[in-house]
Amino acid sequence: MTDESTNPMRDAIQSAIAENTVILFMKGTPEAPACGFSARTVAMLQSLGAPFAAVDILPDPRIRQELSALSNWPTIPQLFVDGELIGGCDIVTEMYESGELTQALGLEPAAPAEAPEAAPAEAPPLTIENRL
Amino acid sequence: MFATSDATPLELKSRIEAAIPGSSAEVTGDGHHFNAVIFAPAFAGLNRLAQHRLVYDVFGDELGGRIHALAIKTHATSEEA
Repeated sequence: MTDESTNPMRDAIQSAIAENTVILFMKGTPEAPACGFSARTVAMLQSLGAPFAAVDILPDPRIRQELSALSNWPTIPQLFVDGELIGGCDIVTEMYESGELTQALGLEPAAPAEAPEAAPAEAPPLTIENRL
Repeated sequence: MFATSDATPLELKSRIEAAIPGSSAEVTGDGHHFNAVIFAPAFAGLNRLAQHRLVYDVFGDELGGRIHALAIKTHATSEEA
């Protein structure tokens, strides 16, 4: 049992979520995703030109453990916007296809896109924080 | 009870349908990666997060382990559908 009041890993995750408007917990990094679901989620965010922070959960198993305990969500990736869990790859995909993701990210509505597979022609601005 | 063998799409389908009242599930997969499309009246009025959590709760710790990945698409149906 861990005492909730002294859980530095959970505190660090909570701060990261609080301090970054858009933050993606993923397997690997945006440059080198280690899982197809993480890769697809990164591709969708990048195709919308959304700046986001990313945390690789693989280096320490406690990251995933504490994250899932916090978010009540068992799988990776997990996308948070304004401190709230948006969902995993499935939900992000549905929202991407319906245009809701653009809205959730507070971006200008663009023409609805259909294929998140292709890499964007131009790399959007990224803020990567791997501090956990 | 299921933990010793590979998961099958049929097993996942049966377990989802047994756990979520009135649901019907279409599951495909290769024993590790699965795709589930689930229709259930229980999803009505719930947001996507809550709908997916209902499905995740069926499998608990098996997700990420025995069931390596489970892609979910949920649809609310009316009781009479």
